[in-house]
Amino acid sequence: MAKLPAYTTFGERVWHYTYLFICGCIFLFLVAPILLVIPLSFNAEPYFTFTKEMLSFDPAGYSLRWYDRILTHGMANPEIERGAAWWKDTWENGQWLHAAKNSAIIGISATLLATVLGTIAAMGLSRPEMPFRRVIMGLLISPMIVPLIITATGLFFFYSKTGLAHTYIGVIMAHATLGIPFVIITVTATMVGFDHSLSRAALNLGASPITVFREITLPLILPGVISGALFAFVTSFDEVVVVLFVAAFDQQTIPRQMWNGIREQISPTILAVATILVIFSILLLTTVELLRRRSERLRGISPA
Amino acid sequence: MQSATATPNDEVLTSADGTPLQVALARATRKAKWRAFWLVAPLLLFIIITFAIPIAQMLYRSVHNTAFSENMPAVGEYLRNNDITDVPGEAAFAALVSDLITARENKTIGSVATRMNYEFPGARSQFTGSARKAKRLEPPFKEALIAIDKDWNSKHLWNVMKRASNPIGGSFYLAAVDMRYDENGNAVRVDAKKRIYVPLFVRTLWLSALISTLCFILAFPVAHLLATLPLRYSNLLMIFVLLPFWTSLLVRTTAWIALLQGQGVLNDVLVGVNILDDENRVQLMYNQAGTIIAMTHILLPFMILPLYSVMKSIPPTYVRAARSLGASSWTAFWKVYFPQTIPGIGAGVLLVFILSIGFYITPALVGGSSGQLISNEIARHMLQSLNWSLAAALGGILLFIIIVLYWLFDKLIGVDNMKLG
Repeated sequence: MAKLPAYTTFGERVWHYTYLFICGCIFLFLVAPILLVIPLSFNAEPYFTFTKEMLSFDPAGYSLRWYDRILTHGMANPEIERGAAWWKDTWENGQWLHAAKNSAIIGISATLLATVLGTIAAMGLSRPEMPFRRVIMGLLISPMIVPLIITATGLFFFYSKTGLAHTYIGVIMAHATLGIPFVIITVTATMVGFDHSLSRAALNLGASPITVFREITLPLILPGVISGALFAFVTSFDEVVVVLFVAAFDQQTIPRQMWNGIREQISPTILAVATILVIFSILLLTTVELLRRRSERLRGISPA
Repeated sequence: MQSATATPNDEVLTSADGTPLQVALARATRKAKWRAFWLVAPLLLFIIITFAIPIAQMLYRSVHNTAFSENMPAVGEYLRNNDITDVPGEAAFAALVSDLITARENKTIGSVATRMNYEFPGARSQFTGSARKAKRLEPPFKEALIAIDKDWNSKHLWNVMKRASNPIGGSFYLAAVDMRYDENGNAVRVDAKKRIYVPLFVRTLWLSALISTLCFILAFPVAHLLATLPLRYSNLLMIFVLLPFWTSLLVRTTAWIALLQGQGVLNDVLVGVNILDDENRVQLMYNQAGTIIAMTHILLPFMILPLYSVMKSIPPTYVRAARSLGASSWTAFWKVYFPQTIPGIGAGVLLVFILSIGFYITPALVGGSSGQLISNEIARHMLQSLNWSLAAALGGILLFIIIVLYWLFDKLIGVDNMKLG
């Protein structure tokens, strides 16, 4: 902590420590609920709170049964011996695995679509000669601002007319749309620091525009592209409303399954899934942070 | 681009191939413009197809409903060509009976009856019931139908049918602002007890304002601390802000359910340390309090991050200079530091306000009935009551509010200045 200067009065000292205490409470408010989920998911009882056994650190109060539930939920015969047949059953019928597979398929495809289209467009948008830049930028960012319920309602009408309702392609296209603003924002932000004389030099030396993009531009803006892609992936991975409106059971994703779980049979399985997702977001956060630092290093903005 | 090979005698500078330089420059600029545009074009097309057209379709839906006009062609034709000053005569009733018979055969009578019921309560059973008996009716149809249901003799109903015979109309927008047409076709507000949507819009705006204020109060000290601490501490503390930001919305909502529900952790702790009796547990979930707490938590990072990036750019020397010139610490903060944070406050408050107006998931899961927002009502009409035109009209109004705020955001902050993480 920074040392208080010598001229600080007593009242200011008291205020300073009160201020630090207030900030501490706000930080607690931010992370405590998320971290609390982790121990609760090891509850041996079907409760959403700490039991006496858990508080006295009695091993009997803890169990992995809700993690086991993630695998067995929806299985045809969860009781059979755990061998190849059991694993085959859970892989084919387990509802959470079904949702996880869908989340991966939809998330990755939507991210690819959003990243490719978004990066190309960001290259154009960051050129000074781009016509109607402000209007087009406003339109491309708007899926982030327009409430999901409106987008989902619109897509519901549109998809039921075009036959895209209840298809993977429909959900993927919708999720790509929602992820695009993030790609645009991060890539154009990276392009601000991009030195255009590098690509002009390469063009001058006879490289084709595609080579210039591959060899010069892309490696330099890659951190921005990847963090945009991660934002797009998280957006898709976390999205329920569109899935609720335009997808069928076949396209059920993890958040959709959690939504069911919270609305219908609320059980600590949800907490176990939540724990896994928290660990997942810690990994994502670390990746984005590392990328950000790398990007700053590449562009010569070193943190003090 | 092109090299100018101008001879001293020429008045007009030309490029290598002899075109005047001005023309060549204009051509090159145009080419560069098109090149930039073509890079954006695929995405623009994609967004138009998957975003702009669907929303346009929703808006069209909110003023366009063919349930009556398409399924009741004969009486529709009559109503379009005649004014309704009173209950019409036999010709209209004959057309009505033939339409009722075909609608029942085509199994479309249900959607006609539902459409009428929105504006004329009781019309559902009247239409389906009369359609069932229509085949056996003998002329004169007017007396026969009125004998089945005396509401057929209502001028109000015929006015409703007259309006519905035109597929384009604003009646759903009228319903969305708690108004209706009375017997004489004038728009009037519905009874105070039946007003749902205007109070809901007011509640949504009020809760969003409250949540934005709460986020601001909580974000300001934290952002200030993060901006003034040395980087190695602030980078560490930043994790506390970024972890919630990257965690799934549903996970955070679930966490609050576990924490705040009647049998949850917070209540157990309060009972455990004897602050509360076991019988008097506080209800913080499944009501407005649940919506406010969970949404404040979810949206707090969206306030901290823009505030932080603005505060980071304020040189600490300004406050020190003010202090050394004799200002008290409060004056230095209020007169020197705070005014410089206003752009960040504007960006954060507007962003949180815009995002919270459209929130659906969290209120639906933790809001009970008193914590529902307008989005929940749209979803209810889409998924349960199936009154899609009304849902579209409510969505249209919500969209209008959002566009105004978005325009304001663009004017004040600029969408291209938006930063993430």
